[in-house]
Amino acid sequence: MTSIPNAGAAQILREISATIVENKAWLSEIDGKIGDGDHGVNMAKGFGRAAERTPPDASLTEALQTLSDVLMAEIGGSMGPLYGMMFSDMADALGDIDQIDATSFARMLRAGLDGVQEIGSAKKGDKTLLDTLIPAVETFEAHLAMGDSFGVSLAAMRKAAQDGRDSTLDMVARIGRSARLGERSRGVLDAGASSCALILSGFADEITARLENA
Amino acid sequence: MQRFFNNPDDIVDETVAGFVRAHRNMVRQSPENPRVVLSNWAGKPGRVGVVTGGGSGHEPAFIGYAGRNMVDSVAVGELFSSPTAKTFHDAIRAADGGAGVAVLYGNYAGDNMNVKMARKMAAKDGVTVETVVANDDVCSAPLEEREKRRGVAGEIFMWKIGAAKAAQGADLTGVIAAAQKAIDNCRSVGVGLGPCTLPAVGHPNFQIEPGKMEVGIGHHGEPGARVEDLGRANDVADDMVKIVLDDHDLPEGSEVAVLVSGLGATPINELYVLYDRIEQQIEARGLKVWRPYVGNYFTSLDMVGATLTVMALDDELKSLLEVPCACPALQEGQ
Repeated sequence: MTSIPNAGAAQILREISATIVENKAWLSEIDGKIGDGDHGVNMAKGFGRAAERTPPDASLTEALQTLSDVLMAEIGGSMGPLYGMMFSDMADALGDIDQIDATSFARMLRAGLDGVQEIGSAKKGDKTLLDTLIPAVETFEAHLAMGDSFGVSLAAMRKAAQDGRDSTLDMVARIGRSARLGERSRGVLDAGASSCALILSGFADEITARLENA
Repeated sequence: MQRFFNNPDDIVDETVAGFVRAHRNMVRQSPENPRVVLSNWAGKPGRVGVVTGGGSGHEPAFIGYAGRNMVDSVAVGELFSSPTAKTFHDAIRAADGGAGVAVLYGNYAGDNMNVKMARKMAAKDGVTVETVVANDDVCSAPLEEREKRRGVAGEIFMWKIGAAKAAQGADLTGVIAAAQKAIDNCRSVGVGLGPCTLPAVGHPNFQIEPGKMEVGIGHHGEPGARVEDLGRANDVADDMVKIVLDDHDLPEGSEVAVLVSGLGATPINELYVLYDRIEQQIEARGLKVWRPYVGNYFTSLDMVGATLTVMALDDELKSLLEVPCACPALQEGQ
């Protein structure tokens, strides 16, 4: 298969939410090393609430919008607006399409990245979620442009997201709460880059499973 | 440290609920958004509205500064986490008396983003919003990058001055200018002796080794500029005064307001031990302490430590500090 139905694809985001909730303690722990340690708590709260409010048979578009609404209206912090904008713009990019193929998924990813960059002011290399998101989006687009299948492109995206997350280990934070640490922020993963890698890996795993089982 | 809580997820809601009960003569919860605390005097027609907001866990900040001739409405966030854009927007609407709204808040990435979005939402309602972003924490960035510095206890002076100006009937430009002058004239430093713990996380976010202290620590445990051996109170006080005044460059004879706040778990008496030396040191540098404030004005959960804020005064700031006000955390001229 080269695409998955949008209807019922809310389950993808419910699985991602479950992963975020499972990783609550880990995300807070890495955040606590250079931030204030609430990333896992707030992410789990937002994703958990959104999953509860998303019917399993809803579309991915609807699920993304619900998640965005919860993050924007109930979570706050930095991640509320950043991920809130990302998921809202992803939902807008999918719109009411019936089938999600590689091209529409690429459009969704790019819109999400644009949304984050519109509200935030970070750049690649600042030790933020963009260090996961930018290479992941660019890698997916590049593989698609080379004519690779949806599944192959997703696998490459997942690898790029994880490499991007790992690249933050040796970075010095230049924005957000950890930026004030300077050199002392080196040697720790960025929490936002880590949660972003969980989200993107979740998309890759869940969509791949659906493509193979269809 | 053992703590009082029910479900950690409910701490903020329960804090606000208890707070508005305890201080109902001055504040109430917004009927539209339980995460907005309103002064009982909020929204007076023709007066500029004054709004602030931030993460919880800093009590009495931020909610304790809502009251008469003080902040009109406060957006309440999760512990150490910015309020949502919607909550800031609801706070702005509640404070609006038709003369515009001044949002006076601290320089944190989340607050910057959420206020930015709230301001756009308010513009759609036809409410003019201007902001002042507090950046008084000396150790969080060099002086030449002051726009990167965090906002800490200097925010209290920013709120007091901005709100007093609004109470005198100034327009939005005047209120913003006064609040901006207040924060421009503020310098702060924090010293941490022990970390703080978010109840939902359950263990400290960072460690301060026994016998050590972090000089320049932030309000959420952002590590300080340096870690060194814990000194005697007088040595710590001397260091704090030096950090703040070396950054300030005030002419001899300047009058200052001084605020020493505990970070949550330091006994109040130790704040007075620090203050005794701090005032002597400030005056030894040729400055005059016009008005001192000592107490738990702006805390960080159960962090052990204290902050020092010095605001340079002129005639306008002095007269605005003296404007009577009544809010749970501060009383003037009563």
